[in-house]
Amino acid sequence: MSDERAGMDYLNTWPRKLVTVYAPLSAFLIILLFPFYWMTVTTFKSNEELYNFKDYNPLWIHSPTLDNVKRLLFDTDYPQWLVITMTVAVVATAISLFASVLAAYAIQRLRFKGGQTVGLMIYLAYLVPPSILFIPLATMVFQFGLYDSPMALILTYPTFLIPFCTWLLMGYFKSIPYELEECALVDGASRIQILWKITLPLAVPGLISAGIFAFTLSWNEFIYALAFISSVEKKTVPVAVLTQLVEGDVYHWGSLMAGALLGSLPVAVIYSFFVEHYVSSLTGAVKE
Amino acid sequence: MVNHPIAGSRAGTVPAQGKRVARPKDSWIVRTFDNPAVLSFLFMLPAATLLLVFLTYPLGLGIWLGFTDTRIGRPGVFIGLDNYVSLFQDSMFWLAVTNTVLYTVIATIGKFTLGLWLALLLNNHLPAKALIRSIILVPWIVPTVLSALAFWWIYDSQFSIISWALVELGLIDHYIDFLGTPNNARASLIAANIWRGIPFVAICLLAGLQTISPSLYEAAALDGASAWQRFRHVTLPMLMPILAVVMTFSILFTFTDFQLIYAITRGGPAGTTHLMATLAFQRAIPGGQLGEGAAIAVAMIPFLLFATLFSYFALARRKWQQGGSDD
Repeated sequence: MSDERAGMDYLNTWPRKLVTVYAPLSAFLIILLFPFYWMTVTTFKSNEELYNFKDYNPLWIHSPTLDNVKRLLFDTDYPQWLVITMTVAVVATAISLFASVLAAYAIQRLRFKGGQTVGLMIYLAYLVPPSILFIPLATMVFQFGLYDSPMALILTYPTFLIPFCTWLLMGYFKSIPYELEECALVDGASRIQILWKITLPLAVPGLISAGIFAFTLSWNEFIYALAFISSVEKKTVPVAVLTQLVEGDVYHWGSLMAGALLGSLPVAVIYSFFVEHYVSSLTGAVKE
Repeated sequence: MVNHPIAGSRAGTVPAQGKRVARPKDSWIVRTFDNPAVLSFLFMLPAATLLLVFLTYPLGLGIWLGFTDTRIGRPGVFIGLDNYVSLFQDSMFWLAVTNTVLYTVIATIGKFTLGLWLALLLNNHLPAKALIRSIILVPWIVPTVLSALAFWWIYDSQFSIISWALVELGLIDHYIDFLGTPNNARASLIAANIWRGIPFVAICLLAGLQTISPSLYEAAALDGASAWQRFRHVTLPMLMPILAVVMTFSILFTFTDFQLIYAITRGGPAGTTHLMATLAFQRAIPGGQLGEGAAIAVAMIPFLLFATLFSYFALARRKWQQGGSDD
């Protein structure tokens, strides 16, 4: 795309571009990344350095230490929270992917009566925010005896994962030439064989996109995890960092930032591997 | 299975039926599973069940709870509009409503102004463009609560890095109490929300910008249009459809925001920064008043419907007037 855009680029001279493009762009990058830099710097500072702006320049680490990370990993339930969060995210993602693949295939390819309406309803379901649902869901969770169990999260996360994944996968299925399926039908393949052996292998990029998105959304989920889980050892990372690492009025900023940094790492690592999937599915989902 | 509706309608010449006859071994199970109607039903079943049980039903249940005095551990009875009547006289509720509207409006304007600017910057010919684009999305990928924690620390009254920097630059002489006074706290929360929203808006709008043909700009430039005129009369109209969708999403998620406020101020100081979502949580879960909390949550629905319809139709209508296709 950038090459086509070069058509008008001759109008911009280098100094002009420096002021109108590079300077503001650098400012954006610095502001967008600064909180993460600050998080990292705080994590590896000792307490005396952390609270002494006079003798140490706060923007730099003078004597890096792993104390905060050590305290987080060995004096708190942090490893346990990571395991819980990971389990919930993986299981909820798996359930949602399974349900979404079938639903998206049915809506996009089987073209059943009312399929378009169902597709629209699923889109609308994505627009229902968790802040409206968590109170009634809390009463249901109580009734089902799921309160304080990771099951409560595994069952409720698909409510926002399925609409998103279905919508995304519908777009992918649409892009697979229908003729391939017709050929298979002619050769006597059953519908399930077609889905399993032809459509799904071709939709692998879509499946990866939906999977990593669902995983990220589950990892980031907050309000349900806050409302449905009360035991310290069963909390998810975002909730636990916020509620367990603050003791009364004493904020251990070093450990807090270490918790935030480590909690961001899994999604950041996955993100760095699948950047293109993220970008294409984000923009693709919006364009649909 | 004799006449398959899609195969039949899509390609009349395909001898699908002949092929079927050649396979008499199909058991009735296989044939049933190959019936599109049956298969559609089975395929829709998992998604539909989960969504009906955990989304549609709770939505209705929430509306019902708003008319009851349910508390945690005690089923409630129908009390009509009592919750809404008491909320109507509750200054805290009205403060939360005002805060929510203010928060949504200012944050949305900020996000879209800055996000559009960033998208336009990224739409230039840049070295390492893919890398810059992927770095920009990072704030959006990281769990909101965790980046909110970083903001909480940045806004610390004693050790704020912003205050330190401003003092060092000689711009202020004492540290700013970012979260100590209601207005400072509100502004700080809005700034954090804008920070988090910019990447999403910028990347989506960038995708929209890239679909605009450069020849339109060249034609406009030849006709003597200034840079502003090219932006106003080419870029903006072409961007409208995607802008409408992104704005609908953005408004919806900003209006119902919970995490950022809960992580940074928890509604403080003295409940002056509560949004409707955090107030609902406060009353329902720690306060135990599920009925009242549900009523606050339900009170968000009309605002949401209005905001969604407004942003969608106001923007989509313009697209239609300008002769865009109707899909």
